[in-house]
Amino acid sequence: MTLEEEKETADASAPRRARKKAAPSLYAEHQKVQPRSVSGTFRVLKWASNLTLVPLFILGPWLRWDRGPGVPDQAIFLDMAGRRGYFLSIEIWPQEVYYLTGLLLLGAIGLFLATALLGRVWCGFTCIQTVYTDIFQFIEAVIEGDRLQRLRLDKAPWTAGKLAKKAATNAVWLLVSLIVSVSWIFYFNDAPTTARALLDGSAPLGLYGFVGLFAASTFLFAGYAREQVCIYMCPWPRFQASMFDEDSLIVTYETWRGEPRGPAKAGQSFDGRGHCVDCTMCYQVCPTGIDIRDGSQLACIGCGLCIDACNGIMEKMGLPPGLITYDSTNNQLARSKGTPTRLRLVRSRTLIYGALLAAVAAVMAFGLWTRSTLEVNVLHERSPLYVPMSDGSIRNGYTLKILNMGRAPQVYVLRVQGIEGASLSVVGYGRDGATEVDLPVPGDSVGSFRVYVSAPRKGLKGKNHDLAFVLSEKTGGLSRTHASLFAGPGGE
Amino acid sequence: MAKVELDPVSGTHTTGHEWDGIKELNNPIPKWWIYVFYACVAWSVVYWIAYPAWPTLTTYTKGFLGYSSRAELRGEMLKADAEKAGWLTRFKDATPAAIAADPALRNYAQAGGAVAFKDNCAPCHQTGGAGAHGYPTLADDEWLWGGTLEEIQATIVNGVRAPGNANTRVSEMPRFGADNLLNAGQIDQVADYLAGLAEGKPADGPGKQVFAEQCAACHGAAGEGMAAVGAPALNNQLWLYGGGKAAVVAQIQAPRHGVMPAWGGRLDDTTIKQLTVYVHSLGGGK
Repeated sequence: MTLEEEKETADASAPRRARKKAAPSLYAEHQKVQPRSVSGTFRVLKWASNLTLVPLFILGPWLRWDRGPGVPDQAIFLDMAGRRGYFLSIEIWPQEVYYLTGLLLLGAIGLFLATALLGRVWCGFTCIQTVYTDIFQFIEAVIEGDRLQRLRLDKAPWTAGKLAKKAATNAVWLLVSLIVSVSWIFYFNDAPTTARALLDGSAPLGLYGFVGLFAASTFLFAGYAREQVCIYMCPWPRFQASMFDEDSLIVTYETWRGEPRGPAKAGQSFDGRGHCVDCTMCYQVCPTGIDIRDGSQLACIGCGLCIDACNGIMEKMGLPPGLITYDSTNNQLARSKGTPTRLRLVRSRTLIYGALLAAVAAVMAFGLWTRSTLEVNVLHERSPLYVPMSDGSIRNGYTLKILNMGRAPQVYVLRVQGIEGASLSVVGYGRDGATEVDLPVPGDSVGSFRVYVSAPRKGLKGKNHDLAFVLSEKTGGLSRTHASLFAGPGGE
Repeated sequence: MAKVELDPVSGTHTTGHEWDGIKELNNPIPKWWIYVFYACVAWSVVYWIAYPAWPTLTTYTKGFLGYSSRAELRGEMLKADAEKAGWLTRFKDATPAAIAADPALRNYAQAGGAVAFKDNCAPCHQTGGAGAHGYPTLADDEWLWGGTLEEIQATIVNGVRAPGNANTRVSEMPRFGADNLLNAGQIDQVADYLAGLAEGKPADGPGKQVFAEQCAACHGAAGEGMAAVGAPALNNQLWLYGGGKAAVVAQIQAPRHGVMPAWGGRLDDTTIKQLTVYVHSLGGGK
């Protein structure tokens, strides 16, 4: 196909800016972006990303991990009903949800760092919206043909052939959506049993509802909403620019070299004019339908497909590649002046993001490394704060919760520290003042105890005194100390 | 009429709105966006028809689904009752002592008793049985009418000086001053003696003699109290109507007598058993 032909058919989906000029309505008609297939470095990268991430996501819940009898053997499993999170050898209780906070922090800072270094590399290659849109567009291209065929098909009247093609596209989309949907559900429900239940119809209605919900949203977002999600729904493009600086690598058009643009024939002289031959290939391949020659913009997801397209044309024209390139604004400027370019990955911005990332990762790793199967919570009774007893001593009440996060039942020895002459009694486990009390807790559960601590009034000077509860395994080596307080009338 | 024009800088049309020379650019939102808004409006109409929505003068539109939050609550309560039924049969034939000995039943009773306590007992005895002036502290180890499980249960069922209850706990301390059983000097002497007794250092003297003659019959020779007649121990620092000489003299002069309702007919047996175990676990149970 000649360039002229391509230009003619391209008018149907002119770039966004041109459309805006012609449409003074307050509401913009949706015009489907029909990106053209392209090959090149960035296309290969995109497939590499798709083919790594999607299988990882789909196969993830099928990985098994032996944790012993009576415990789920799914490697990655968020058991909402059982209130446990499993990740390989790590097992998280609801009280430890801060690990999730840590993961979210790592994700956020990682995104900042990646954006400062490589621009919107997340948007262009790894975002779920991008990945599934790309796969859906590939399916569309296989069934309905490339951009030009699809544009013609959209304009054509509804014939049996068109109906068959559209139905086939939607059917395959739906199938992919269902696979994505159940895969997500498997992370929260044991994969093999849930798969069987979903297939033989014995799964609860709510589960089918969720399968439908996630499948419908995948279908709608990747099949129809596509770039509208990036441009109008996603908050990330709105503030990503604050992570950029002049040294961030982004998709850019070399205006100084390309302009003034104009049509050209291979082998002609480019003296006195720009290298851009205005072939419009850059926006024909764009998945969000923008013209990168307008400069860096919100709707650009940084996928680099326009670079692939432009380099192909430059090669045909016998011109150097890189008219559209993945480079920093500073380097663009340097090249326009003929000064040397340099890659500045280490900058104060990236150093700070990197340091933050390392700090959060270190805290997370330390937390996981030192994670114990024993946790203690002590709640000091507030009403009454303290009770004077008939023998003149002062007594405080506490609710003690022991989290035995191991599999075996344990007996824990409870002691208190910090107050001279303090004695213990635990409702149901010995009422007399004792210095040690044995408390049994079954495996994988929480033991709740009502504890009273008494101390002679003579030793209590102020209103509040530090008191520590020390809990140690009777047969194992685990021990936990929990700081609390002991209240008294004070004044003596 | 507003004039739409092309803005030369941005290449975008204006909406035609202008305020003090500032013009609004028209960056049109996608049409589907406004369709989503219309869909929400349509949904709200469906909601009006399906659910209770509009007030009328005397009632409201019920909605064809027949939903009401009261009915939902009733359903939830019935469901909760059904879930509790299994537990409640276990409480039916168990004595408070048996409940206290079974960890599962004890935990259930403590939770249930805590709720019943907040509803019925806390207004006088305070949250957690902290007590108040004239209302006994249930968290300490002094009991007017006994602190065993059985004694606590009997007190809850029959009350203290509860009108119209034949089995209620009754006793009455004489009005030593008001009825001229003791003169002011004697009351003063016995009050001084009581101050020493509370410290564990009872002093010899006329007060000791008055105590032995007038008080020891109920409060015990050493002031240890007597739960059978609700006579409090006087040999410690815990005072229902306040320590200090003036408060003690006032109590000897014209004693105050607390009244607690009989909960027997008001609360069911299971609730009373749970309350018994809960109160016993507040810290002072014998």
